[in-house]
Order: sequence, then C-alpha cells, then structure tokens
Amino acid sequence: MSGFNGRSYPGLVGMLDGRKRRNLALSIVAVIVITVFLYMAQNGFILDAYGVRILRLCAVYSICALSLNLIQGYTGQFSLGSAGFMALGAYVTSILSMTDANREAVYYLKPMAPWLMKIHLDYGIALILGGVLAGLVALLIGIPVLRLKGDYLSIATLGFSEIIRIVLNNAQSISNGATGLKNIDPTANIWWCFCALVLVLLFMTRLFHSSYGRAFLAIRDDEVAAEAMGISIFKHKMMAFVASAVIAGIGGGLMASVLGAVTPVLFRHMMSYDILLIMVLGGTGTMTGALLGGFIYIIAKEALRFMDSGFAIGFIQVPAIAGLRMVMFSVLLMIVVLFYHKGLSGGKEFSWDRLFGFPKKIAARFSKKSEKAGAGK
Amino acid sequence: MSVLRTEHVTMRFGGVTAVDDLNLHVEKGEIVAVIGPNGAGKTTAFNQITGVYTPTEGKIFLEPVNSSQEVDITGMRPDKIVSMGIARTFQNIRLFSKQTVLDNVLIAQHLHVKSTLPGAIFYWPNYCKEEKAMREKAMHLLERVGLADNCGDLATSLPYGLQRRLEIARALATNPKLLLLDEPAAGMNPTETLELTHFVREIRDEFQLTILLIEHHMQIIMDISDRIYVLEFGKTIADGVPAEIQNNQRVIDAYLGVVEDA
Ligand SMILES: Nc1ncnc2c1ncn2[C@@H]1O[C@H](COP(=O)(O)OP(=O)(O)OP(=O)(O)O)[C@@H](O)[C@H]1O
Ligand SMILES: [Mg+2]
Repeated sequence: MSGFNGRSYPGLVGMLDGRKRRNLALSIVAVIVITVFLYMAQNGFILDAYGVRILRLCAVYSICALSLNLIQGYTGQFSLGSAGFMALGAYVTSILSMTDANREAVYYLKPMAPWLMKIHLDYGIALILGGVLAGLVALLIGIPVLRLKGDYLSIATLGFSEIIRIVLNNAQSISNGATGLKNIDPTANIWWCFCALVLVLLFMTRLFHSSYGRAFLAIRDDEVAAEAMGISIFKHKMMAFVASAVIAGIGGGLMASVLGAVTPVLFRHMMSYDILLIMVLGGTGTMTGALLGGFIYIIAKEALRFMDSGFAIGFIQVPAIAGLRMVMFSVLLMIVVLFYHKGLSGGKEFSWDRLFGFPKKIAARFSKKSEKAGAGK
Repeated sequence: MSVLRTEHVTMRFGGVTAVDDLNLHVEKGEIVAVIGPNGAGKTTAFNQITGVYTPTEGKIFLEPVNSSQEVDITGMRPDKIVSMGIARTFQNIRLFSKQTVLDNVLIAQHLHVKSTLPGAIFYWPNYCKEEKAMREKAMHLLERVGLADNCGDLATSLPYGLQRRLEIARALATNPKLLLLDEPAAGMNPTETLELTHFVREIRDEFQLTILLIEHHMQIIMDISDRIYVLEFGKTIADGVPAEIQNNQRVIDAYLGVVEDA
C-alpha cells in the first residue's frame, strides 16, 4: 500500500522499518501475554469463577457493541434493535442445545413443543443458527424499516425489539414464557467468548478494508453523494443491517451461555441502551472503542456494586441505598462524555505509535497549562 | 442519436415551477452549457436527469453505455442511472468528508465490483484482482487531475479548487458516458478557471465523454461550449451556439447584462 502513497521519504525508510518491526514485536508479545492470561484465567489460576464470568461478559458485551457499531458507527443508521437480535440469538442457541433432562425440568408449566423436542444440536452449531436466524429476521424487517431515516429508524427498530420480547413472553411451549430458560448449556467459556470476539474483529477489519466497507462508510458520510456514485443505498444498508444482526445474535447466544439463565425481561429496551452506551462511551465508529467500552462498562458496573450495600468513607457511614451504584455510574459516564466527546478511544483506532505518543501529549498539555499559569502572574 | 434528450420535463415544488417544459438534447462528444440567473432551475434540471427528483411531467431519455438504443430513465433510482452512464458533480461540493482522497475515488468504483461480500472479506483471488485494478485506476485518475500526491490526505483538507477537481475525478471513476458538471469553476481563481477550461476539453477527448455543464463564468462558457441553453424562471428562453446566445437580446436583458453589471 505504501507504494500508492505518491510521496517517498528515502531517508526515513530505515527508521520507519525499525518502528514497524518494533510494533510487530509488541503485537506478538501482546498476543502471547493475553493468551497466557486467558489460559490462566480459564484454569482458575488468577481469577475465581465470578471473575471469569465478568471477563466473559466483557467479551460478550464488546461483541454486541461491535455489532451496533457496524450499523450505526460505520453505516450511520441509528438502529436501536440490539436487544431484539440478541434475544433471538440467546433463545435459539439455548433452546436448540438444551439436553432432554434439562428441557423437562425447565418447561414445567407447559412442555416443550414436540417438534422442537426432536431437535438437539451442539452448542457451537446452535450458536451459529442463532446468528443466522437473527440475520434472517433482520432481512425481513429491514425491507420496510430501512427505508426510514434517523429517528424513525430508531423508533421502528426499538418497536421491533419489543415485539420479539413479547413473542418470547407468550410462546410458552417454545420459549417457556416469562419464566425464561435456565440450565443453559455452559459451553461458552473464556475461549469461546474471546475467539468469537477475535473473529468479529477480524471480520470487521477486513470488511472496512474492502470495497463494501467503503460503500458503508460513504453512505454514513453522505447518502446523496453515495447514491450519485452508483451505490445502491437500500442494498448496502441491508447488508450492514443483516451482518450487524448476525453478530448481535451470536453475542446473545454467548451471553445466554455465560449467564446460564435468560428471561424476556433481560432483553428489554434497557439492554439496547446499555449496548448503545458502551459504544458511545468507547467511541462511536471505532473497534477500539467497542472493546474499551465493553470492558470498562462491565468491570465498572461490578466494581461499584459495593455502593448498594452501604459503605464507609473515613468516619462517614453511608447507609445502604438501592440504586446508589447506578447514580454513581451515571455520574461517571457523564464526566467521561463531557471530557471525551469522541469517547475513550478519541475516535481513533488503537496503534502502538499512538500509545507511545500518549505520554508526550499529556506532557505537552501540562506544560501548556503551566505556561498559562506563569503568564497569569 | 442524442446521448441525452428531455421531453417537456417539468418540476413543480408546491406552487413553484422550478423547471418548466425543458426540451434539451445533447449529442455524442458535445459540450453543452446550461446558463441562467440564480434560481433559474439549472440544478433542479440536473437533479431530475440524475434521478434525485422524479419529474412532475415529461420524459428523459438516455443512450446508455455500450448501447445505441435510447432508454427511458424518467424516475429511475440515482444509482441505476449512474450504472447506465451518467455521472455528476455537485454545486456545493459533496465529497466523502471523513475519507481520504484515494478512498473517495475508490468508493465511486464500487458499483462495478463483481465479487460478493464474502469474496471481498476472505480475499478471494477475483476480489484481490478487482481491488488492485480499482487502486490502479484511482491512482491514474488522481494523477490525471494532479492529486496523486494528496492521495492519503483527508478529502476535506484540500483547498477548494482541488476539492472540485477531486469531485470530477470521482465522477470519472464511475465510467460515465455523460458527465454533468454543476458550476465546476465556482470559487476558483482566474488561473484555476482557465486551467479548468482546458481540463474539461481534455477529459472529454481522453475519456470520450459527452459533457453537460452549468456555469456562471461567461468566459468559460463561450470558450468551451458547443451549444448553450439559457433558462430563466424555469423556462428555456434561448438556445444555440455561443455566438447566437451572445447576440440574443432576450438573453442580454435577462442574464448577460446582469453579469456585466456585477
Ligand atoms: N427541493 C426543493 N423544494 C422546493 N423548492 C426547490 C427545491 N429545489 C429547488 N427549489 C426551488 O427551485 C428553484 C430553482 O432552484 P435551482 O437550485 O434549480 O436553481 P439554480 O438555477 O441551480 O440556481 P443557482 O444558480 O443559484 O444554483 C428555486 O426557486 C428553488 O428555491
Ligand atoms: Mg444551482
């Protein structure tokens, strides 16, 4: 690619190469460190079961934020249907992979539909089918919905998501209604969650380096101009919407397995907002943002849990107030959004060069401040 | 046969008739200009031809690329019309602002991509070939408009005159037969304007184009156009070769006089 960059800096080539080599080495080290860390976590060396569960949830929420990013951050379509597609994925995966014994135990109000009883699938295959079904449903609802723009699209997708939830609430012999599902196949360990995350990242990286990804970005930047360049708006919005739904469905299927139990209530609109929040917190339109957002959001939410059960700051005893955690959490979020309106990623993807440039940037900021302070005297 | 022909094309917005009974034709290889005072309906006519608006009345015919058979394109979707061979630039530059110069030109070639989405993602050989060809063509076009050195820059970081050139390169990337230019010299200084005049002629010859352009700079129009249509309040008040237009009393009253005063 550098060959296409019309300019050349003969003197810099050696240096650039050196830096590239350093970055490659750092990347390899990072992959090894992360893999070793995940291995130790999975085998109980560093984290307890609770910690492992949080770690898996971080990956799962990041996947869902990536899915939303694909349609919203990269294609510019303000969809709020994440919860619906996740619910589809979660239920399809859980139902198809549940053992007969568990099915009898779970569906105690009304037995599972006989045709469904006949289907038994491996967790992995059920997970893929969950994604596929979410994608098919996206294809169907996309036909009317994707002709809408902006606010209308978000309202329509939000509505669709509620419909899915209500159907799940009432299709007793299929979804077990409001009681929800439990004893869900616990296959999705750390490896499953993180491999899925890496695959989604790879998929999106490739997509946005390809002509199709460029077409999505063009639609986000200027729909009229994109159409005037021969891009079929509807077709490409549909592709992005379906791809996003497949990823959300897989995210949902993994989430069900991590949690072990799901109910329709879990997939209320609050879930869509959570995903939206993660994306915005991390930085809309970047993959780095979805990752940062997913990990920080889930970990912070757990770390602040102590606030709900009363705690002491020095001599001051704070009583147990239910919901204090969420208040604190919202305040923190507002602070982040105020100071980093492009999200924590700053609207840019991670790179080693940017990471190493970071301390310099901070230093520059401080020296400017002290200069100002000096001038004030 | 004409590359483009409109029959009684009319556009009404509520009570306003922006384009009123437009009958124009553009022959192969011609450079035809549309002129007229502000609000005359020039851009609206372009928007009808490119499918942004469906005419309230009338029909538009195009001789598509690789064909000598006239096709009725009235009310077709803009992207469909592009694939049949009409490309355009915008009066208020509409580049993909968050993309690089190179990506802007690559995006305009997407309509010709034959590989499927999976093909593009899994590096199937056919796609790699297409991507390579697209990049080569994009660089060729950028070189042609003098922007090869800027290929990695953000499109909107370019100065105004270069943004207009990039818009032309982007339009050319769609492989058009007919190119519509909406005020390509707007905001350019006299030197750039002169360069543009030559440039338009050159690309017409190099890419075997037919060109329809809207312009306010009289010098350009008289210089490069084979024929001129003059619009006022949506109506065509005159058409003919530059010499005829220059001496047409109605045009002088309605338009040329105003420009000379300004
Ligand atoms: N979408 C629209 N809705 C309502 N009125 C419109 C619309 N588009 C254009 N018009 C009106 O149509 C008339 C012609 O506008 P148009 O933009 O075609 O003029 P123009 O000849 O391109 O002028 P200029 O030289 O200023 O670019 C104007 O009165 C304008 O207000
Ligand atoms: Mg105009």
